Amino acid sequence: MAPILRISNLKKTYKGGFEALKGVDLDIREGEILALLGPNGAGKTTLISTICGITVPTSGSVTVNGFDTLTQYRQARAMIGLVPQEINLEPFEKVINTVALTRGLFGKRRDDALLERILRRLSLWDKKDSRIRELSGGMKRRVLIAKALSHEPRVLFLDEPTAGVDVDLRKDMWNIVSELKAEGVTVILTTHYIEEAEAISDRVGVISEGRLLLVEEKNALMARMGRKQLTIELREKIAAVPPGLTDLDLELAGDGMSLVYTYDTQKERTGITALLAALSREGITLRDLSTRQSSLEEIFVGLVKEGAA
Amino acid sequence: MTLRAIWAIYRYEMTRFFRTLLQSFVSPVISTSLYFVVFGTAIGSRIQQVEGVSYGAFIVPGLIMLSVIMQSISNASFGIYFPKFIGTVYELLSAPVSFLEIVAGYVGAAATKALFIGVVILGTASLFVDLTIAHPFAMVAFLVLTCISFSLLGFIIGLWAGNFEQLQLVPLLIVTPLVFLGGSFYSISMLPEIWQKITLFNPVVYLISGFRWAFFDMADVPVGISLVAIAGFTALCLAIVWWIFRTGWRLRD
Repeated sequence: MAPILRISNLKKTYKGGFEALKGVDLDIREGEILALLGPNGAGKTTLISTICGITVPTSGSVTVNGFDTLTQYRQARAMIGLVPQEINLEPFEKVINTVALTRGLFGKRRDDALLERILRRLSLWDKKDSRIRELSGGMKRRVLIAKALSHEPRVLFLDEPTAGVDVDLRKDMWNIVSELKAEGVTVILTTHYIEEAEAISDRVGVISEGRLLLVEEKNALMARMGRKQLTIELREKIAAVPPGLTDLDLELAGDGMSLVYTYDTQKERTGITALLAALSREGITLRDLSTRQSSLEEIFVGLVKEGAA
Repeated sequence: MTLRAIWAIYRYEMTRFFRTLLQSFVSPVISTSLYFVVFGTAIGSRIQQVEGVSYGAFIVPGLIMLSVIMQSISNASFGIYFPKFIGTVYELLSAPVSFLEIVAGYVGAAATKALFIGVVILGTASLFVDLTIAHPFAMVAFLVLTCISFSLLGFIIGLWAGNFEQLQLVPLLIVTPLVFLGGSFYSISMLPEIWQKITLFNPVVYLISGFRWAFFDMADVPVGISLVAIAGFTALCLAIVWWIFRTGWRLRD
């Protein structure tokens, strides 16, 4: 199946000479949720702005469902909804008017029933006649989402949708994203919250200093990069790792009350059986065992460091 | 070109106007009345007639033009500058519309507001002086064209402006002097000969002259030249706006 969004060798150099995008290639499949992770200034917002027509690319191309975003911008943009990172809303306007404006701008017939459905879903219906300035920060963010959904986009960009949002609203936002996915909408979101990418995305792209370091299925990424740690709590304190065990990747922790064994889950032999046998040979008695998988965050930090090196 | 997009922008801009309808209505009524008191009474008591028209009536076309030009510029420049200032311009840039729809929506709304003000002033003026309109269709045409062309100029100023001071700069430093020196309150024939020549470089002269012709069938410059001048000015503004959107100047990084 042809990708819904194809980015080819996209470059952007700002007037001051700052290279925000250094040649990005990316295919996005219809109906997937892609999380773009990256530190501040990595180029996430520039990438989105360039796709949506807010920034002009220096070179390269973007197509949406086969339509070029520069030469066939009407067809391309009609399919895209954008939720910007900043809360850009006219403070004196009513919620319903600003949402209706977006639908109109996209050339769609006025559809009150649809707007009501969108506002209800975002818990904004009872605020529809409120002025934007009367709303809380979280509500304003919902209004931005309502505007983006008002013209029924097939591709939705969420630029840091949960920055500065409380836990409840963040969970709500995640639910909305999975509902959209169920309807077949492709969602691309940027975030620095790793747990967000981990919780809702299908694929993860890591961007740093204008380059896409990788794009991979989230689960595959976690499995590939995922190191696991086995923590062995001991019944009695030991002063050092016993000489018979020094070949293994073992570390002494907890003031000598525990041993930490790091291993790769993808390997055929994890070495756990041998480790446990060796411990019993050395006469060490165990109190408890626990394992922990490294999070996407640790993977991400590792990747960005590697990319910088 | 999608009419729905134009209509969406137009409607949105007009709601802002209706929110402040009272101010929009009251301020031109008061300022027109003041002009009549100051100019009509003070100067009118010394100049009884200009080329057969009472001074009070003579200044009406100029007064309307003065307000309509200033209103067109301020409405349109604010209309597009405000979204740039608060950041909502992202929506225009990412919507599937060309510059034509955006211009038609914003300039259409700004021109409508200015036209409304022009009509209010005309109504107020008719309370003070007896007015006859010799060429009503031409009068409406001149009024509408002026609203549109100066709204286009305002739109350009709004796109160009990087802050609120710049937004005021062009109207204050260029447009106000041109309008006051464009024969709003006097006939060019009343000027010394050398100034009669110099003043012909002021584009506003052609506008006011044409507009006054529509009222009193008398003009400083032939009405055909007035029409060509205003059409040329409109075309020039349109070309500049087209260039701005094509290059993204001050709009897109």
